[in-house]
Amino acid sequence: MIVSAITFSIFYLVPRLAGATPETLATRYVGRAATEETVKLTAERLGFYDPIAVQYWNWAKGVVVGAEYDYGSGVESCPAPCLGYSFITKQPVWPELLDRIPVTLSLAAGASLLWLLAGVATGVLSALKRGSIFDRGAMIIALAGVSLPIFFTGLLSLAIFSYQLGWTLPGGSYTPFTENPVVWSQSLILPWITLAFLFSAQYARLTRAGMLETMNEDFIRTARAKGLPERTVVVRHGLRGALTPILTIFGLDVGLLLGGAVLTEKTFSLPGLGKYAVDGIVANDLPKILGVTLVAAVFIILANLVVDLLYAVIDPRVRNQ
Amino acid sequence: MTVSTEEIDPTAVPGVVEPAIGEELLSVNGLVKHFPIRKGLLQRQVGAVQAVDGLTFNVTRGETLSLVGESGCGKTTTGRLLTRLLEPTSGEIVFEGRNISHLSEGKMRPLRRDVQMIFQDPYGSLNPRHTVGKIVGAPYRLQKVQTEHGVKRAVQELLELVGLSPEHYNRYPHEFSGGQRQRIGIARTLALRPKLIVADEPVSALDVSIQAQVVNLLEDLQKEFDLTYVMIAHDLSVVRHVSDRVAVMYLGKIVELADRVSLYEKPMHPYTVALLSAVPVPDTKRKGNVQRIRLEGDVPSPINPPPACRFHTRCWKAQDICKTTEPPLLQLAPGHQAACHFPENQPGDKPVTPAASEAS
Amino acid sequence: MSSDDSVQRIERGAAFLDVRDLKVHFPTDDGLVKSVDGISFQLERGKTLGIVGESGSGKSVTSLSIMGLHKRGVAQISGQVFLDGQELVSSTPDEVRLLRGKRMAMIFQDPLSAMHPFYTVGQQIIEAYRVHNKVSKQVARKHAIEMLDRVGIPQPDKRVDAYPHQFSGGMRQRAMIAMALSCDPDLLIADEPTTALDVTVQAQILDLIRDLQREFNSAVIIITHDLGVVAELADDIQVMYAGRAIEYGTAEEIFESPQHPYTWGLLGSMPRIDRERTERLIPIKGTPPSLINVPKGCAFNPRCNYAHLNGGASETDRPELLDVGAGHKVACHLSPGERAKAWETDIKPKL
Ligand SMILES: Nc1ncnc2c1ncn2[C@@H]1O[C@H](COP(=O)(O)OP(=O)(O)OP(=O)(O)O)[C@@H](O)[C@H]1O
Ligand SMILES: Nc1ncnc2c1ncn2[C@@H]1O[C@H](COP(=O)(O)OP(=O)(O)OP(=O)(O)O)[C@@H](O)[C@H]1O
Ligand code: SF4
Ligand code: SF4
Ligand SMILES: [Mg+2]
Ligand SMILES: [Mg+2]
Repeated sequence: MIVSAITFSIFYLVPRLAGATPETLATRYVGRAATEETVKLTAERLGFYDPIAVQYWNWAKGVVVGAEYDYGSGVESCPAPCLGYSFITKQPVWPELLDRIPVTLSLAAGASLLWLLAGVATGVLSALKRGSIFDRGAMIIALAGVSLPIFFTGLLSLAIFSYQLGWTLPGGSYTPFTENPVVWSQSLILPWITLAFLFSAQYARLTRAGMLETMNEDFIRTARAKGLPERTVVVRHGLRGALTPILTIFGLDVGLLLGGAVLTEKTFSLPGLGKYAVDGIVANDLPKILGVTLVAAVFIILANLVVDLLYAVIDPRVRNQ
Repeated sequence: MTVSTEEIDPTAVPGVVEPAIGEELLSVNGLVKHFPIRKGLLQRQVGAVQAVDGLTFNVTRGETLSLVGESGCGKTTTGRLLTRLLEPTSGEIVFEGRNISHLSEGKMRPLRRDVQMIFQDPYGSLNPRHTVGKIVGAPYRLQKVQTEHGVKRAVQELLELVGLSPEHYNRYPHEFSGGQRQRIGIARTLALRPKLIVADEPVSALDVSIQAQVVNLLEDLQKEFDLTYVMIAHDLSVVRHVSDRVAVMYLGKIVELADRVSLYEKPMHPYTVALLSAVPVPDTKRKGNVQRIRLEGDVPSPINPPPACRFHTRCWKAQDICKTTEPPLLQLAPGHQAACHFPENQPGDKPVTPAASEAS
Repeated sequence: MSSDDSVQRIERGAAFLDVRDLKVHFPTDDGLVKSVDGISFQLERGKTLGIVGESGSGKSVTSLSIMGLHKRGVAQISGQVFLDGQELVSSTPDEVRLLRGKRMAMIFQDPLSAMHPFYTVGQQIIEAYRVHNKVSKQVARKHAIEMLDRVGIPQPDKRVDAYPHQFSGGMRQRAMIAMALSCDPDLLIADEPTTALDVTVQAQILDLIRDLQREFNSAVIIITHDLGVVAELADDIQVMYAGRAIEYGTAEEIFESPQHPYTWGLLGSMPRIDRERTERLIPIKGTPPSLINVPKGCAFNPRCNYAHLNGGASETDRPELLDVGAGHKVACHLSPGERAKAWETDIKPKL
């Protein structure tokens, strides 16, 4: 709610400050060729003369109960989750979003699985062999992973694996999983790896720090004093203890990613939410931006909820409060 | 390390005319502090931790009153109430004839000079990024006190007073041992010449040998400046050494309050008796033939304390009346109060509390 | 034959637990920390040894090195530790691991942090039992309930599924003891087992340790800085200072006729509930020594009131732990005459 209100204000006010008027906005719907009269009428009908609060209220109402739009050429009804019509394509936003969610979902699911496994494994090994060549190497790579921008690693990998070696499909193609799982994974493998590289670096560092801390806890000493084999001590007692904060961040990251992996989608030309949002921003297409923001916010809230529930499952101290 | 305080000129710290020793400095009446427990989105109150539940006692000028009791019985909370770091839920605290129970922070400020607190943890209570000079001098700055020869001189004198060297002025807390850090804390407390010091477990974190240094220091300072102490501790041997009077707390209530000698020699409340008998004694001759009273179980939760006498769940003398009628804190011998229906070590052997005699 | 026998005996260690010249050093950026610098003691089954000393004197490091719980590479350990004839310092980590929990067990100071917060008390005891015993989970669970019952936890069949944070401090320490004793070890090391507990609960736990020791006939090492606690439990007491044993004797000897100036200081600085109240405590002057730059000669000399009586020996020669009669050992240069004089005139009247 608050998020959408803020987004609304920003994307409402910025064009105004840049000199846009209700008329220029309305022009986008009716086309430049239209007479001044038509433009004014459209602006009137679409409520562009209303104060910002009223405009926001109408938009929000549309989301909940649906809305009807009157372009002059007849009334169009827009059913319940009505996020409005794109200024540019004049298509309703909601169905367009629905098309794009699976793309982002596939991207996020694969990448997050990859980075969780890779990151945690690297982190644990680094922590156990603290100061070793492996540790230092891994941490240098991790540093690179955290600091290299995604369009750099992304384009590099595209250039090498797709164009030079031809192992994977070039960007821009996306095949739904339901159509062909193999092509689906082929089209996504590079974005997955690129994204996972960025995140697993961060997770490796987090895991390493967490493990170093946990392995100094008293209960680890107790586990050793019982005579448990070192592997059990590390996995059952150490990792279990260190994993909690990582899972929290994991949940939040996945939530964020579901709102659109902007750079990755742009780099690999994947038709996901992130790319949709970028297109919207570039074209100053307020309904599009608002739609993505809303969906992203919902994902983030959901992720938070899941994290809270997970927390209770993992940590009995939380459960009993 | 210990500096005899006799060497220090008492006029170094600006003197105030002190009323005579022996009069009442602080009196506490029906003091209650409940911490609400909130739950859910709406933060509805679902219960309360009854940390302190009706304390009544006085502190006379120049004495040391100790609060003892087991973990969670409300000692620290009481200390924080007395120094008004917490606001009481109900009841009153009267300091030098003035009710300070609900004074606002602004009105409390001048009083903070007179009432100071020493904290338990000599590590956590000192800011690691400040020098000793800055830490000890902070009260001067906060209270905007003018010192005769500048703050630095005053701080160095304080450091000397607590047995540190004035050269320590520019050092950082981590360069000091536990005992020395506790001295820094004490120096800070003394800066404004308080009348009452509430010391929360001042020696619990220290080694025995260092503990003795700090205990001696506190005693010397008390003699020198007529300080009044409310000492919070759980080590009954230390308490016996330092206190004039002792209040024994159990689950937020005072169950016994007496002068040192009669409390240790003739404890009346069964809990005090058990507590005293549980202290391990460094005497091998007593091994094997100690008459120890074994209490069963642990202290119940202060969220849901047992009704009437809160000790009845663990008391070996408990009768039905203990579960229904709360025993009041009564004077059973000169200077000796206890809250029990069937007290031990009584002058006469029969229970004398009104409730108990009603029952019999 | 007989000489063969004695060689055999020496190699196997004379007592059930035989620690010889144990040294544990930690190389750090500031220098070599000599946490334990040559200590030896022996302990039989059914006996209790108390180790006392100031914070940082090496008590915990000693016990952890017996258990083999120091990381190799972090600690430099030398000397010998025989447990029922088996030398531990030179054994492989895996050999020592198999003894841990089974033949020697340990309980720690803070029972809350010493238990894993995410597993139930039962799971943790079951785990301890099943490492060394090939039994099904059900059997192990029954055993865990039995152990909880044995250490006095009410309703053990229900409590077995509780998490550590649902227990009170005393119950947690009981559960720790149940876990430590689950494989019926011969050696139990208790490192400050009651420091985090209330007096009344401490008394319960000390009683429990004593009762269980009788029942299991195990050897017990109790580490503490509370002289009252060792007086309650220990048969023998070792007093440590700066990584070395400075006095060793029976509990009676240490409390009734202590011989070392540091032990005197320790006894004198402690307020005692069982004696007339003294006007002043007698602190040991100065502060504990750094373990990187241990004072030359006797490590206690900067704080010792008698160092001047030895013609400079206290500042130059490290005194060895020598027998002063009937197994009572002291590391101090004072001549027996002077020591007796100091004890009779200075110390005893004040205690
Ligand atoms: N700010 C707070 N909010 C809620 N509960 C509190 C708060 N402060 C203290 N309590 C509770 O009040 C009770 C009394 O606490 P207090 O710290 O006074 O005990 P204590 O006697 O000082 O114990 P200890 O010897 O462990 O220091 C405890 O059960 C504690 O959990
Ligand atoms: N891993 C380590 N690296 C460096 N120094 C260490 C290490 N472990 C322990 N020490 C040092 O060894 C010394 C002895 O420590 P130890 O824990 O045995 O003391 P203690 O006698 O048990 O004291 P306390 O009563 O405080 O528990 C301390 O000075 C400590 O700082
Ligand atoms: S009132 Fe009853 S239960 Fe309470 S202490 Fe006295 S005898 Fe025990
Ligand atoms: S050897 Fe010297 S310094 Fe050490 S304890 Fe004996 S008298 Fe004191
Ligand atoms: Mg407290
Ligand atoms: Mg220790």
